[in-house]
Amino acid sequence: MLDRRSLLRMVIGAAASTLTAACDRISDSSWAPKIFDRAEVLNRRVQGVLSPPGALAPEYREADISAVFRPNGTVMPSGAAYQSLLANGFRDYRLQVDGLVQRSAALSIGDLQGLDMRTQITRHDCVEGWSVIGKWQGTRLSAVLDHVGVASPARYVVFHCFDDMDPGTPYYESLDLAEARHPQTLLAYGLNDQPLPVPNGAPLRLRVGRQLGYKQAKYLKRIELLHSFAAIGDGNGGYWEDQGYEWYAGI
Amino acid sequence: MHWINVLVLTLMFLSGLQIFNAHPHLYWGNRSDPGKAIFSLDAREDQAGDLVGITRIGRHSFVTTGVLGVSDGSDGVPEARGFPSWLTVPGSTWLSMGRRWHFFFAWLFVLNGLCYCGYSLAGKHLQRDLWPTAAEWRGIGRSILDHVRFKHPHGDEALRYNILQKLAYLIVVFVFGVGIVLMGLAMSPRMDAVLNPLVAAVGGRQSARTIHFIIAWAFAAFVLIHLFEVLISGAFNQLRGMISGYYGVDAAPPAPPAAAPIAAEEQSHA
Repeated sequence: MLDRRSLLRMVIGAAASTLTAACDRISDSSWAPKIFDRAEVLNRRVQGVLSPPGALAPEYREADISAVFRPNGTVMPSGAAYQSLLANGFRDYRLQVDGLVQRSAALSIGDLQGLDMRTQITRHDCVEGWSVIGKWQGTRLSAVLDHVGVASPARYVVFHCFDDMDPGTPYYESLDLAEARHPQTLLAYGLNDQPLPVPNGAPLRLRVGRQLGYKQAKYLKRIELLHSFAAIGDGNGGYWEDQGYEWYAGI
Repeated sequence: MHWINVLVLTLMFLSGLQIFNAHPHLYWGNRSDPGKAIFSLDAREDQAGDLVGITRIGRHSFVTTGVLGVSDGSDGVPEARGFPSWLTVPGSTWLSMGRRWHFFFAWLFVLNGLCYCGYSLAGKHLQRDLWPTAAEWRGIGRSILDHVRFKHPHGDEALRYNILQKLAYLIVVFVFGVGIVLMGLAMSPRMDAVLNPLVAAVGGRQSARTIHFIIAWAFAAFVLIHLFEVLISGAFNQLRGMISGYYGVDAAPPAPPAAAPIAAEEQSHA
C-alpha cells in the first residue's frame, strides 16, 4: 500500500536523482569544466583585489597550537634516495636550487638557517575542510631567491619532492613569484620547536600562509625557477592540480 | 530572478554537500581537533563486517545507515559517505568537481542577490512591500495565530505580504543570504588575510564552516516551508501570478458580527 508519505519520499527522491544524474553528465562533459575554469580565474583576480598581495595570514598564540599536527598524504617516502638521507639523520641533505637563476645552489639546512630564520604560528586548512595550527621555523623563500638571483624570464617556482604519489609520479607544486616572495612563505625545517617530523615532511617543506594544504609541498628535493610549468607532470602546476584541483588554492 | 535563485540555490546546496562529505564533521573554533566534533556523519563496521552509518549530534548518536554516514555508492555497494549520492553534485565522491560547481554558481548567487537588492531598492519594493509597518508589528500576535490555524488572507489582503512573510523574506535575504556568503568567504585562507576580524568574531574558521552549513540547511527548510505555503494557499493561482503577473482574488468571506472589531482593525493596516 502506497501511503502519502512514501509517495512524497519517492517523488522527492526521484526528482533529486534526476537532477544529480543530469549534473553528473555535465561534470563528465568536455565543455563544463572549461566554463567552471573561467570562474577560477575570476576568483583569483577578485580575491587578489579584495585581499592584497602583501596581506598577511592571521598568526596565532602558543595556546592555539594543535596538540597533533595532522599529517596528510605521504607520511614516509619509500624511495632509496630519501631512505638513505633519513638513515643518516639528513646530515647529507642538500636542497637543489636551479633553473632560471643566476647562481644555482645546493643548500644544507644549516646554509638555509644562515640566510634567514623566521618563526610563525599559522593555520593549515586542508581542501577537505579541516584545520590545524602549528608553529613553524624556517627560512623565508624570498631570502633563498635573493641568494641565487632570479633570472628575468622566470615566473614560477616549482617544488620537486622526494615522495612518489604513484610509481614514477613524484609530488610537485608551484607558486608564482609574488606568492613565493610573500613574507609568510617559508621553507620550514622545524615544527613546534622540534626538527620537522617525517610524517610532516622532513627535512624541509614548503609553508604558504594563504593557500590550502595541498600547496604546502613536503619532502622538498629541488626548487626550480621556470617561465612555465606546462612541461612538468600533466602541466597544471602540481600533483593535485593534475587531478583537477585549482592551481589557485586560495579558497 | 526567482527561478535563477531556485536553480542556483539547489546546485549550491547539492555541491556544498559534496564538499562537506570530504570531511563530514563540524567543529567550533579555529581547529578541527580529533574527538571534538559537534556534529559527525561517521561509518563503522559491525561484527558481521557490514558498514553502519552513525550520525552524531553533540553526545547523541543515531544509526542512520542508508542515508547518513553509510549509503549506496554509484555502483550500488554501501560505502562510507556523509550525505547520500542523490543529495550531492556530482553523485560520486569527487571533491574537486564539487568545488568547481560550488565556486561557479556562487558567482551567480551573489550577482543575482545583488540584482535583487538593487531592483528592490530602486523600485521601492523593499520599502513599500517588505519593510513591516508599526501597525503590522502590533498585529503580529494575530498573524501568528492565523498562520498556525492555516487561515489564509482573502480579498485584497492576499495581494500584500503579511507581517510573518515580510519578516521571513527579510531574514532569508539579509541574514541567511548575506551570512552564508560571508561565512563562505571566511573559510577562504586568502580572504582570511583581510577577513580575520570577522573569522575571530564568529569563533574561528571551523565555526564559520559550521555556521555556513547551518544556514544552508536553514535555506533548505525555508524552501520546504515556502513550497508548502504556496501549495496550500492555491498553487495554481500563485504560480500563474509568479509567471504572468496576474493573480486572481476571491471575495473576502463576510465577517461574522463577533469578528467585527478585528475586521475594523484590519482596515487600519491598509
